[in-house]
Amino acid sequence: MLTPEERTEIEAEFPHYPNRKAVCIDAMKIVQKHRGWLSDEALDDIGELLGMSSTDLDGVATFYNLLFRRPVGRHVIYLCDSVSCWIMGGDQQRNHICKRLGIASGETTADGRFTLLPVVCLGACDHAPVMMVDQDTHRDLTPEKIDQILEQYD
Amino acid sequence: MPDDKPLTGNMRSDGVALDLKAYERAGGYEGLRKALGGMTPAAVIEEVKDSNLRGRGGAGFPTGLKWSFIPDKAPHPRYVVANGDEMEPGTFKDRILVELDPHQLVEGMILAGYATGADIGYAFLRGEYTVGAERVARAIAEAYEAGYLGKDILHSGYSFEIYLHLSAGRYMCGEETGLLNALEGKRANPRAKPPFPPASGLFGKPTTINNVETLCNVPHIIRNGAGWYRGLSRSKDGGTKIYGASGKVKRPGLWELPMGTTIREIIEEHAGGMRDGLQLRGLLPGGASTDFLTGEHLDAPMDFAGVQSVGSRLGTGTMIILDDKTCPVGMVSNLEHFFSQESCGWCTPCWSGLGWAERILRAMEEGRGKPGDLEKLAFQARFWAPGHTFCALAPGAAEPLQSALKHFRADFERHIDEKRCPWK
Ligand SMILES: Cc1cc2nc3c(=O)[nH]c(=O)nc-3n(C[C@H](O)[C@H](O)[C@H](O)COP(=O)(O)O)c2cc1C
Ligand code: SF4
Repeated sequence: MLTPEERTEIEAEFPHYPNRKAVCIDAMKIVQKHRGWLSDEALDDIGELLGMSSTDLDGVATFYNLLFRRPVGRHVIYLCDSVSCWIMGGDQQRNHICKRLGIASGETTADGRFTLLPVVCLGACDHAPVMMVDQDTHRDLTPEKIDQILEQYD
Repeated sequence: MPDDKPLTGNMRSDGVALDLKAYERAGGYEGLRKALGGMTPAAVIEEVKDSNLRGRGGAGFPTGLKWSFIPDKAPHPRYVVANGDEMEPGTFKDRILVELDPHQLVEGMILAGYATGADIGYAFLRGEYTVGAERVARAIAEAYEAGYLGKDILHSGYSFEIYLHLSAGRYMCGEETGLLNALEGKRANPRAKPPFPPASGLFGKPTTINNVETLCNVPHIIRNGAGWYRGLSRSKDGGTKIYGASGKVKRPGLWELPMGTTIREIIEEHAGGMRDGLQLRGLLPGGASTDFLTGEHLDAPMDFAGVQSVGSRLGTGTMIILDDKTCPVGMVSNLEHFFSQESCGWCTPCWSGLGWAERILRAMEEGRGKPGDLEKLAFQARFWAPGHTFCALAPGAAEPLQSALKHFRADFERHIDEKRCPWK
């Protein structure tokens, strides 16, 4: 079941679109914000409110890079793997993060603290290499800077 | 307002967004007052046509002409969509527009709405632009409070709503009909055209889609006039352009300059030239999906015709610089990985060919290149040409590959001959 909070936030989007189906991406983002990822049950819950099958929702969810159909860690590191960051040494930063956390790109640490995901160009190319952790953008990355940043997320 | 930098001249250097008061002090919403106070929608379109403003989203379509495609008698509701997906690698200009001066976008959207008789606008931003989203949301709220949005704007009888949509992330959301599907809560596959969005767009209704930077120009054009706007430019295309440079230049960044500023001026004067010890090998002038240019093209003006005349495209106007210590094959491999990953899977030359090319390039980088690979790559790239696919993703993917095969052929051959990447 959707929590009252999830429901209220989703319903606040209804007036912005002429039909409920159009709200599904917003709805999935809202539920993911609260639950971390989109389980089958989450899709059922959303589908019930929007009048959609969970298969339809799954079809939409799997298209988008920022909707997760598998559990992720408490914090998601989105490391840019596009061209400007690549030129500026993004691969070395990725290797550093992987070594520090003991995971490969796409994996979650055993303690469930971090998931590392590659992401398309974050649009801060004059400060490459760049990553986001959850909602925050971090620029001009170096291994030392990455260490300091990751300390801030527990 | 610094007259020569209408888009960025008012922005604060401390990174704080202009609020409504500050925006108004700089002349904000005067364009809207002028339009609603005495210009017909047709007159607004004429002014924008006269200004020679061309779309800043990559294709350079004349904006006034695009607006005129909405027929007078078209049904309602009509929509205006601001395209702030900005997932083109190496492109970072719309980010500052939404983060530092969000009212400029809001006013541009209202003017586009008035010109096209639209009822509703969607500001579509990529989900990662969390700061921009917060600031655009606040600007929309402030505009409602001040009577610039909602019913009967400034007692003109014109009504317009704006909603913010944050994307869930996919390059295809930037393609205009993919974007419409995303707004409808669907997978962002593009649509077969015709019908085009002015006839049947969002929810089947007449729709105008413009890039964020395009829309941000409009308040200034209406306020100061088309002649003034054309005078900002050094070329036939009107206005200024937000240019950018990333890669190993001394000072990567963004600069608002007259349209038609040369590549050399941007790289040498504004970006400070290459970092010490590095030489320029090439550049993508306007994002990932433009053809490589080289040192011999630096005197080309960065406007639509100028870049085309030397064999590439202005694209988004944010260039990516390749230096001599960076492997061109590795760079192309990175680019084709991006295109292949972001393909929506509709057209065979795209989903199949891009993956194939990506694998060949990666193998080359890992020392497993084979004689004949270059022919295979060129053969694939030909299938991605415009007209073979439903959208411009595949043609965009062809541009850096085909041009790299031309300009950096010897580097590709060395990878195959030496069975390794000479840069590693
Ligand atoms: C794959 C793909 C991605 C695109 N991404 C964007 C984008 O992020 N932002 C944008 O404004 N235009 C993007 N475009 C171009 C749009 O389709 C469209 O031409 C543009 O938004 C029109 O606005 P304009 O006329 O103001 O330039 C993209 C095109 C393609 C084919
Ligand atoms: S060219 Fe590629 S991205 Fe565009 S419609 Fe075809 S398969 Fe999809």
